[in-house]
Amino acid sequence: MTEPILSVQDLRTQFFTSRGVVHAVDGVSFHVDPGETVAVVGESGCGKTITALSILRLVPEPGRIVSGKILFKGRNIVEMDADEVRDYRGNDVAMIFQDPMTSLNPVTKVGAQIKEAMTAHARFSPAEAARRVVPLLKRVRVPAAERRISDYPHQFSGGMRQRAMIAMGLANEPSLLIADEPTTALDVTVQAQVIQLLKQLNRELGTAIMLITHNTALVASMCSRVVVMYAGRVVEEGPVDQIFARPEHPYTWSLLRSVPRVDEARKGRLVSIRGMPPDLVRMPPGCKFHPRCLFRVDRCLTDEPELETVGPGQQARCWVKMSTVSEETREAAQASEIAFDVAAEIKKRMRADARP
Amino acid sequence: MATTALVAEQLDWENPEQIGLWTDAWRRFRRNRLAVGSLVFIIVLVTAAVTAPLLQRIGLLQDPTAQDVVSNYLGPGAPHHIFGTDELGRDVLAKVIFGSQVSLSIGILVQMIVLVLGGGIGLIAGYYGGWIDNLLMRFTDIMYAFPDLLFVLIIVAALGPTLLNIFVAIGLVSWVGLARLVRGQVLSIKEKEFVEAARAAGSSPLKIILQHLLPNSLGPVIVSLTFGIPAAIFTEAVLDFLGVGIRPPQPTWGVMVFEGYAAADAYPYLVIIPCVALSLTMLAFNFIGDGLRDALDPRMRR
Repeated sequence: MTEPILSVQDLRTQFFTSRGVVHAVDGVSFHVDPGETVAVVGESGCGKTITALSILRLVPEPGRIVSGKILFKGRNIVEMDADEVRDYRGNDVAMIFQDPMTSLNPVTKVGAQIKEAMTAHARFSPAEAARRVVPLLKRVRVPAAERRISDYPHQFSGGMRQRAMIAMGLANEPSLLIADEPTTALDVTVQAQVIQLLKQLNRELGTAIMLITHNTALVASMCSRVVVMYAGRVVEEGPVDQIFARPEHPYTWSLLRSVPRVDEARKGRLVSIRGMPPDLVRMPPGCKFHPRCLFRVDRCLTDEPELETVGPGQQARCWVKMSTVSEETREAAQASEIAFDVAAEIKKRMRADARP
Repeated sequence: MATTALVAEQLDWENPEQIGLWTDAWRRFRRNRLAVGSLVFIIVLVTAAVTAPLLQRIGLLQDPTAQDVVSNYLGPGAPHHIFGTDELGRDVLAKVIFGSQVSLSIGILVQMIVLVLGGGIGLIAGYYGGWIDNLLMRFTDIMYAFPDLLFVLIIVAALGPTLLNIFVAIGLVSWVGLARLVRGQVLSIKEKEFVEAARAAGSSPLKIILQHLLPNSLGPVIVSLTFGIPAAIFTEAVLDFLGVGIRPPQPTWGVMVFEGYAAADAYPYLVIIPCVALSLTMLAFNFIGDGLRDALDPRMRR
């Protein structure tokens, strides 16, 4: 077995606000192997982005990594001093952000910004860095790269900007690229191009990619392993194919059913997950998902389950596990959810009709 | 004909003209006639001020300190003295031109102190935040609360009325506004994603300040500095007029008003001419500032 390049162990990142302590990341453990593509999925506010920012030690105020280890090639990031962290960022692990529109400095030429990513580290001399800019832009398939380096970001389209961001991310040949919802701000055709590009770069350069997303279709097309997060913790983890075929955690199951699929879209209704993610300041006792869970048992209300192995390379944090739930129960649960949705819709329409 | 025009148009559309930030701003500035006129006026004035000794040598301008008591108090339009002569028979035009040297250099040099002090304090306070921000901004508040002119008077009185001291004194009181402006700019810019992206790429704080925060706050800073020039010119003239600034016989606009003031009833042109010069210069800088503000404001972009 190969040594993972990144290993996060029992990471806890908390925000100390006037409302109380926000447990944004609460005991997260996972790893990324060299050259692997791992997806981290979950709803907004489940701690995906804060996990990524913790890995780069960029947690914004008033947040702090409270405990846990982040081992990158055996070195603990959490204990590094400011200079070491600065050298590690961008050099060993790079990150590309969600919105390419705001991730580039509007008053600096694109070429200069890519060059800056390299001159921030000692790996390339300024002259070398300048020479590398055009090949990098070509690598991410920006047409007419020679001319484009002297453009300002506002002259780039959204997809081009995201490519430029990826070029910046790859500038120092990091072993891990964290992509935080890299396609959310782009339209569908451009999304496909960017994903294609990331896949290709992963193959050609062997850069491991940690993809943060809530788009399960993206996960299926690009990643080999998936980590499902809920309320600041990992609820299920394993190979993508296996999890998509046999999700064990009810949250994963519901998540997969709440997304439209082209092949099944016309057959039935989409099922939404009722309720809201828990308040990260005052979390429910027991399993954090139990208030929204369709298959909960008494034990879920009081005891929090641990991650346990449920299949080859697959782990889930659940007392029930979907494999023990019969097909009839699933259908009944789904039907009740749909009935609830329909009832809500009827009520809404009636109220609308009642208005003069 | 029509088709080629159409094709040309399409090519234009496919290959948008490469417009940089400054080209774009200049283009919009040019549309403001008042600002362009003011800029021309200032350029002419600066040229005259810089070349004044040369103009004097070739005989176009007279010596501003040469006295000729026989032909004193000549009104404007007198032969050889377009603006007339003063109580000692010195040429008023020469005094205005040589006087502009002091006003313009004070106006512009003070902005350099303001940029370094105000810009520096604002950047540091905004970027680091926390107790550093608190300390610097409370110091700024104290400076703000102190009456400007009084402070300048104290410094000049303590250090002596040389050009350098005046310029330092005015600089030391004028940076407050810019510090607050820059701090505000930095506070909003540092939350932008590109700053976080730079941090994620491992850029050092100094690099982030110089490469990202400073250039992005430059527009409002330039405008503020331009508006600071007339304010500094005015303060210097007031000092001269009060008799604590530059002393006669060195000609400055403030000194000219001070000298002409005694006989203002009988010879009003001795006060009016330097006042008009002062007003026009201040107005011109204000118009340029206005033009720059419109040109550099991204919301005005069309």
